[in-house]
Amino acid sequence: MAQRLNLVVSRHFSKLTSLSSTGKLAENVSSKPKTASGSEITADHLLYTPEHFALKESLKKIIDQDINPYVDQWEAEGIFPAHKVFKLLGNAGFLGVNKPVEYGGLGLDFSYSIAVSEELGNIRCGGIPMAIGVQTDMATPALARFGSTELKKEFLLPSIMGDKVACLGVSEVGAGSDVATIKTNAVREGDEYVVNGGKMWTTNGTQADWMCLLANTSDGPSHKNKSLICLPMNSPGVHIARKIDKMGMRSSDTAEVFFDDVRVPCKNLIGQEGMGFTYQMLQFQEERLWACGNILTMMDNIIQETIQYTRQRKIFKMPVLYHQSVHFRLAELETEIELLALHREYALYIKGNDVTKLASMAKLKAGRLSREVGDSCLQYWGGMGFTSDVLVSRFYRDARLLSIGGGADEVMLSIICKYMDTLPKK
Amino acid sequence: MSPASVFVCLSLTLLSDYPVIRVKPDHSGVVTDGVKHSMNPFCEIAVEEAVKLKEKKFIKEVVAVSCGPTQVTETIRTALAMGCDRGIHVEVSGKDYEAMGPLQIAKIFAALAKKEEASLVILGKQAIDDDCNQTGQMTAALLDWPQGTFASEVTIDGEKVKVVREIDGGLETIKISMPAVLTADLRLNTPRYATLPNIMKAKKKKIANMKPADLGVDMVSRVEVLRVDEPPTRLAGVKVETVDDLVAKLKANGTI
Repeated sequence: MAQRLNLVVSRHFSKLTSLSSTGKLAENVSSKPKTASGSEITADHLLYTPEHFALKESLKKIIDQDINPYVDQWEAEGIFPAHKVFKLLGNAGFLGVNKPVEYGGLGLDFSYSIAVSEELGNIRCGGIPMAIGVQTDMATPALARFGSTELKKEFLLPSIMGDKVACLGVSEVGAGSDVATIKTNAVREGDEYVVNGGKMWTTNGTQADWMCLLANTSDGPSHKNKSLICLPMNSPGVHIARKIDKMGMRSSDTAEVFFDDVRVPCKNLIGQEGMGFTYQMLQFQEERLWACGNILTMMDNIIQETIQYTRQRKIFKMPVLYHQSVHFRLAELETEIELLALHREYALYIKGNDVTKLASMAKLKAGRLSREVGDSCLQYWGGMGFTSDVLVSRFYRDARLLSIGGGADEVMLSIICKYMDTLPKK
Repeated sequence: MSPASVFVCLSLTLLSDYPVIRVKPDHSGVVTDGVKHSMNPFCEIAVEEAVKLKEKKFIKEVVAVSCGPTQVTETIRTALAMGCDRGIHVEVSGKDYEAMGPLQIAKIFAALAKKEEASLVILGKQAIDDDCNQTGQMTAALLDWPQGTFASEVTIDGEKVKVVREIDGGLETIKISMPAVLTADLRLNTPRYATLPNIMKAKKKKIANMKPADLGVDMVSRVEVLRVDEPPTRLAGVKVETVDDLVAKLKANGTI
């Protein structure tokens, strides 16, 4: 009943509204700005049904009540309680959205995964959505598709329930973009693999119960000699060398891991030996589109918060926002964000099309645009933007990773060139 | 004899976290276009209580009801995802919706409760956008049923309901016979999240559609809104050092 108000400041029930995670915001700046994106309109959405919106609303509640109030603390501590948060999400069914029903998943299509990804962008940092993304869309897809029943029961089911934390072991100190040159190997000895080597940039690495490990299992062409293996992280010989101190994504623990004669049963092999590289590549398009979902919401939120801040912050006797260079620039950024909204790509992917070129373009653009958004908006926050009290400075630090991780910009460009047939011929 | 069905009556309200609510330029009301609407928090608590009572097997069926435009069906779906069995959407839109107030809504709920032979009607104590705190009480009066308002604890005891009410002086415990009307207060419970599996299951639950005319309810408002204004901007205050200073200032001001 919206009419008949003598307007009062709306009452806030501490239980029911999101707590501001930034202590010293100027008045009138809400901790949870309304997203301006057109996708709020249920009736006309190209991709989402009422169920998608119900999903987002429910996830939003969990984020507002059980995650956002603690983000500042977890950022300061350099780690978030993955088991606790994943269990919470697992209970509500958000960790297995597109995973098989037999293992606790919901068997829904990728549009639901994207809805989750977009909503997770409302978490007030980049580290936690990234950690969740690893759990749901990086460490588990190959297992879900190609793992044996026994293996899925042991690793996939508890990961979907939120009882086990997963991590992905692909990148190494000596091999990032050039995955083919990884050195970790798993040598067969009887009915065990003996693993030696190490992994780098392992998100969730210090808390994970198991790792989806990519290792060399034979000699031969570098894209045909690798396998994916489920490695329990408490196996003797697994050393968490250090938790890496990073510029951003600070609430996500990133580990450097060593393997010293670690023994894993051969039955922990996912699918076929030698297919590891192929399996991992199959899910790249999903991963990249998923990352875009996150960042779109975050960029939206940053623009909205910047508008609110600059509307009330005065300079030369008028709001910062009223200066043309400011509102024009925000309009430029908003235009680019809108054009990046990728529902066409998601829809094509769901229909079964190969969206490699489009997904690579999306990730390339998302990484670069988020840097521009962060940089421009931070400028408009002035001195305040430079402090750790505001979200924009955290976004500036967190978003920088997008052009590097999950496939660096340069790799994206190479893929696009391949499709454009412009690469030098051998 | 266990009661058959419980009606949970829901309200769709302006989301309280929206940064700034603006008064319309013609002072006839508040701008609602483009403002996010969602289930009234007290109604969420009411739904949770009804679902809990069903889980404890005190009642057989929970029906979620709401009056308003099409948007309201989303709210009903959320209630279904929380555990209600079916929904009823009473369609009210346009001018009728703008003029709709507690009395009209209470008439609709009362008519429905009678028609469907509900044993309990549970509502949120008030809507957070207009803070009327009238619908529950009016519904009870129209039905001539006992009411347990501002409930912070509800226990079913045979044919009676024990209600602990939050009142100005503290807590009051009453026992009322069913059928009865209850309104939920903040501390009654903590509403559950609608889990994704339940959201998908709710798709299959039925929402019946009807109009106020089908229930014989006239929607004419007895209240006319003359004007809506924002509260005056808060002026700066003055700090004083001692109580004597305070008294002197208040006297000088003419306040005392």
